Amino acid sequence: MTMLLSIQNLSKAFGGLEVVRDLSFDVQEGTATALIGPNGAGKTTVFNLISGVYPVTSGRIRFRGSDIVHLPSRYRIKHGIARSFQNIRLIPRLSVIDNLLIGQHVTLKRTLDVLRPFRLVRGHEWIRAARAELSAFGLSEYADEPVDLLPYGVRKRVDLIRATLSSPSVLMLDEPAAGLNASETRELHSHLDILKGRGVTLLVIEHDMHFIRSICEKVVVLNFGSKIAEGSFEQVRRDEQVREAYLGVEQAA
Amino acid sequence: MSGYLTGLCVLLALNTIAAYGVYLPMAAGQLNLGIAGFMAIGAYASAYLTNECGWSPIVAIGAGGGTAAILASVIAMPILRTQGIYLSLATFALGQVICAIMLNLEVVGGAAGYPVSTHIEAYVVVAVAVLVVSLVSAMSTTRVPIYLAAVKNDPLVADLLGLNVKALGVAALTAGAAIAGIGGALYAHYFNYIEAQYFGVMLSTYTVLYVLLGGTQSVLGPIVGAAIFTIVPEALRSSSQWRYAIFALFIILFMALRPQGLITRGLSRRRRQVAGQSGTAAS
Repeated sequence: MTMLLSIQNLSKAFGGLEVVRDLSFDVQEGTATALIGPNGAGKTTVFNLISGVYPVTSGRIRFRGSDIVHLPSRYRIKHGIARSFQNIRLIPRLSVIDNLLIGQHVTLKRTLDVLRPFRLVRGHEWIRAARAELSAFGLSEYADEPVDLLPYGVRKRVDLIRATLSSPSVLMLDEPAAGLNASETRELHSHLDILKGRGVTLLVIEHDMHFIRSICEKVVVLNFGSKIAEGSFEQVRRDEQVREAYLGVEQAA
Repeated sequence: MSGYLTGLCVLLALNTIAAYGVYLPMAAGQLNLGIAGFMAIGAYASAYLTNECGWSPIVAIGAGGGTAAILASVIAMPILRTQGIYLSLATFALGQVICAIMLNLEVVGGAAGYPVSTHIEAYVVVAVAVLVVSLVSAMSTTRVPIYLAAVKNDPLVADLLGLNVKALGVAALTAGAAIAGIGGALYAHYFNYIEAQYFGVMLSTYTVLYVLLGGTQSVLGPIVGAAIFTIVPEALRSSSQWRYAIFALFIILFMALRPQGLITRGLSRRRRQVAGQSGTAAS
């Protein structure tokens, strides 16, 4: 198995507040890794550093061996790093298909493709590709709906499909199961199984432990910006520091 | 066609062109309140080229649009560092500065105005308006409107999905300025006289109103807005001094009843669905 993503001594400070502290962990290609920790542990900040929303304070992010900390954010998806958002951020008033077309952007071969009048072509390959991806995840009925009118669970998965259409090597999911009911969680589960089947590497922030146990081979635990444990779900669950972080020192003692 | 009707058609064509000059940047989330400034640049540049350099009017009109576009692309970088209301203020100030410069530039007549030596016929103005509408309609079948919607609604997500947010913003502002510049140049060569005062706040404001009333969601919005704004005041002309009051009331009612504009995406989608259903029923 090859190393896809390697976080090395990563730190991020906002003024005097250090939200990520000397963090190191590796993500193997084709695996699913969970990033867990109490609220405010710095999980989303790690995603923001990997996707380039914030510049890093120090440390390295190696992707396929090369350091990407100086790569501008908009090029990172082209290299194969895609993400979804905690608060779903689809473009309002556009249809599901139009949102997915934006996700396809980095797969265009030429810049001038942006000016191609593809809507004049019946069943254009871009539309077909977006529709195919929707039906692969059982959502084809929503293709022409404006995204504002969709149920919450469907919007979450459209957000995922939009990221998937960029053909990413690694997909970062920020709390994908949050706010979903039991059946929506099952659908999300099979959605992620399909992605894993395709060999997409997943990096997941999640609070639902059952979900993590069934999806992720490896768990990295953060507390106050530092890594306190790393390993399989069972290893991490038995870890004393993790129990303290989640339950508080007194209960653990 | 009577002289009156010809004049009305030219006015409608000029208003439509200006409206698309506002519409393109607005699709990218930029409320451009300085559109009259870009029209002034196009008008004065083209007039200077026909008067002093002997260029043919068509080439000069194109060059007028080009000059406005060059200015817009240069000024876009500082202007697009601002956002929302501040961006509008910046474009507003730019329009005022251009207007003030023209008012004091003796080489183009200063406050006395600038006569333009070559005349173009009404059909040229109308033909260019048709061309502009066709081009923008063609653009609406590409990825551009979806990308501009992304840049307008969520620039961070647009960036993370690989879109060049800055380039798209500059392109929208520049394309709008080019269209406005061509509109100003056509105005100069049809009426054969320009003065800086004409390209003031009122012209910018009215042009923005065409787009807002017509609706920003559909490519047809600006032309419908421009048509209403051109024809309704004419239709009210018989009621003499009351027409301004009636027109103002009309605008207020319109904004109260249909704040999203007359033509919306939902409207055109419904029409397509109805067409689709009747199509299936027929087959």
